[in-house]
Amino acid sequence: MEIGLAHYLTVAAILFTLGIFGIFMNRKNVIIIMMSIELMLLAVNINLVSFSSFLGDLVGQVFTIFVLTVAAAEAAIGLAILVVYFRNRGTIAVEDINMMKG
Amino acid sequence: MVVQALAFYLFATVAVLSATAVVTVRNPVHSVLLLILTFFNAAGLFVLLGAEFLAMLLVVVYVGAVAVLFLFVVMMLDINFVEMRQGFLNYLPIGVLIAVVLFVELALVGAGWTLTDEAVAVLAQPTPVGVTNVEALGRLIYTDYAYIFQAAGLVLLVAMIGAIVLTLRHREGVRRQNISEQVKRNRADTLEIKKVPVGRGI
Repeated sequence: MEIGLAHYLTVAAILFTLGIFGIFMNRKNVIIIMMSIELMLLAVNINLVSFSSFLGDLVGQVFTIFVLTVAAAEAAIGLAILVVYFRNRGTIAVEDINMMKG
Repeated sequence: MVVQALAFYLFATVAVLSATAVVTVRNPVHSVLLLILTFFNAAGLFVLLGAEFLAMLLVVVYVGAVAVLFLFVVMMLDINFVEMRQGFLNYLPIGVLIAVVLFVELALVGAGWTLTDEAVAVLAQPTPVGVTNVEALGRLIYTDYAYIFQAAGLVLLVAMIGAIVLTLRHREGVRRQNISEQVKRNRADTLEIKKVPVGRGI
């Protein structure tokens, strides 16, 4: 019943895999893709915190704070771009986002 | 110890199940709500790991800000989500394949590493004994990591300004109150007194 580092790493790996899976499954919906990215960042955070806790090194938790910051900034900017794009084009399907192909 | 193990399995199971549902449910609003559930359970895992401050941070930042932002955007955009679901089953085989490959790779990496004694000896910031998690973290981020902390604040500032600049729009034909114009008005340029001769008009 002893919960070790491997247990937490397994949960983080499953969450990360689910994030990748979500990106592949929802090829049309940018909002779900962004949620999948959030899931992957959460998995990374769980990894950092569990290593930090089991090694007794606090730097992992410090870096988790910065990952959280970047994730929040990314979500805000991404959703802002999404709103502007929807205003201009009336769709958020990924395959329609090809104006910058050149 | 048993309680801790039970709590771990509870949080882990609910987190994994709700994360699965986030990427598979039909309705994006349900998806956002399940994302909130996932983050709550991840916060529970953080508490079990002894990172109370990060657990609270996760709840405040994600549930309080990011998830609500997602919820606003999902509800604001008028999108046909049924149409969005088309092609879901087409991508299922490749999605499952890549997920399985990635998970096996992650499992191999997770099973392959070992912790040497040298690694334990060279910890950058060993967790202080007899100090709460919040105090220990605070002593670190305001001293050794102060510059990175400032940079994080700068990232948030840039993100805030960027989001405002991106979404702000000035619509044509909408009258807005201009207070300085109103205050600048004086009698001379708005009012004119004319002497009207009797019987002639202006």
